[in-house]
Amino acid sequence: MRLIRPSLMPERDVTPEAICLQRRSFLRAGAAFSAAALFGCGDDNAARAATPAPAELATLPNVVPAPERFRTSEALTRREDATAYNNFYEFGTDKDDPAQNAHSLRVRPWALAVEGAVAQPGVLDVDALLRAFPLEERIYRLRCVEAWSMVIPWVGIPLADVLKRFAPTAEAKYVAFETLVDKTQMPGQRRSTLDWPYREGLRLDEAMHPLAILAVGMYGRALPNQNGAPLRLVVPWKYGFKSIKSIVKMKLVPRMPRTTWSDENANEYGFYANVNPAVDHPRWSQKSERRIGEWSKRPTLPFNGYGEQVASLYQGMNLRRYY
Amino acid sequence: MQPRMNRELVHGLVVAGALVPLAWLAFGAAQGGLGANPVETITHVTGAWALKSLLACLAITPLRRLSPRLAALAPFRRTFGLLAFLYATLHALTFFALDLGFALARLAEEIAERPYVTLGFAALCLLAPLALTSTRGWQRRLGPRWVKLHRLVYVAAALAAAHFVWLVKKDLREPLIYAALLALLLGARVVWRLRRRASS
Repeated sequence: MRLIRPSLMPERDVTPEAICLQRRSFLRAGAAFSAAALFGCGDDNAARAATPAPAELATLPNVVPAPERFRTSEALTRREDATAYNNFYEFGTDKDDPAQNAHSLRVRPWALAVEGAVAQPGVLDVDALLRAFPLEERIYRLRCVEAWSMVIPWVGIPLADVLKRFAPTAEAKYVAFETLVDKTQMPGQRRSTLDWPYREGLRLDEAMHPLAILAVGMYGRALPNQNGAPLRLVVPWKYGFKSIKSIVKMKLVPRMPRTTWSDENANEYGFYANVNPAVDHPRWSQKSERRIGEWSKRPTLPFNGYGEQVASLYQGMNLRRYY
Repeated sequence: MQPRMNRELVHGLVVAGALVPLAWLAFGAAQGGLGANPVETITHVTGAWALKSLLACLAITPLRRLSPRLAALAPFRRTFGLLAFLYATLHALTFFALDLGFALARLAEEIAERPYVTLGFAALCLLAPLALTSTRGWQRRLGPRWVKLHRLVYVAAALAAAHFVWLVKKDLREPLIYAALLALLLGARVVWRLRRRASS
């Protein structure tokens, strides 16, 4: 286990309490991991042990509940599950890898660059973002392309509000998002599992839709690293891989940008990736899903149940072709 | 007398060891200790142990050729073969019960439409008659045909390994390790056969 020598730390940075506490959980993660290695099983328990307790994550200022239409009344997924079962290949490809490895991500200071077809390009510090916009709690279903789902109380800001601040020009038709690239912070990037950085994209009208948010927290606290701290996209009517994590760049562009999973396998993952039980993944069915915490499967809903709010975005489009 | 007792003891320990994952699953399922997605854990663990048992089964013959002292391992082929069938059956039952809700029509659809399911189902279908005819009685009854029938284990293992490779989303390391070990075990047999032919 490598510890940071104090002399290597910039003097101007006083470590915030949350990060200090995360370091403690890092030590715990190490202990849990060796137990898992001994018994050869129970990694998931190690992942849970490695996850910071809610009290160790930063609180968020002035969170207000969003209007009813942004809050499903379905039972929430247990926080322990939503923070221990993650796809975040920057920290490894197993579901429990992110919770075990994401402690190495430094989420402060964090800059978000907004560039391209905007009148006022700029770099926004994440703390400035938290001060500049009111935070809302929104309870959304999350449907993974792997046919499991969760219900998560996010804390975030409507993406439209952030984008408008930078004044997109008439040229802007799409938004291209990028995750951080840093092998030292993201050990999964030492292998070329994916073509880093992770890239995602939305059509501008999708990005401006009131359901699309930039999330900074979940379950009432700051995002745990494994869930995409400090800043991630949440587009609840699309498969989970569209909701890109740990974003460092948003670029407004005139043409459809390349996106990671579509680059990897265009037959299996499209640009739109709207949840659609009628269009199967070439290798597995999308008709049903397992809600985490349940044993049997339930039917998957078109647009993940948000059809009433988003179907009009795709009027006249053949959704079999634009999957 | 002494060696026989030792052999039985070793055999019992191996069987007990191979059943530890099953006990772990049963205990974990009862305690809620199988993680966020227990069905996925059960499916993965039973599938992985079916493959491990198959590889162990196919490793016996090459091991026996390495040294005459290992000749006594012969009965383990049946042991590991039956363990593979047990785990594969549990694996398929998990899929049928918990993923498909016992819907036969959905099962038929999955077998027909999803190549990875087709491969896995075919592997299980090939293992079934081998498990049924694994007794001494059937061995005697079938005579030389028994050996021919039981060569199906090679096909079943190849199908099972391909089944795993086919379903993975991106990171192929784990399924490729199984496939590579299988290739090694089958390759050794091919080499021996070619050598025998060359020398005769």
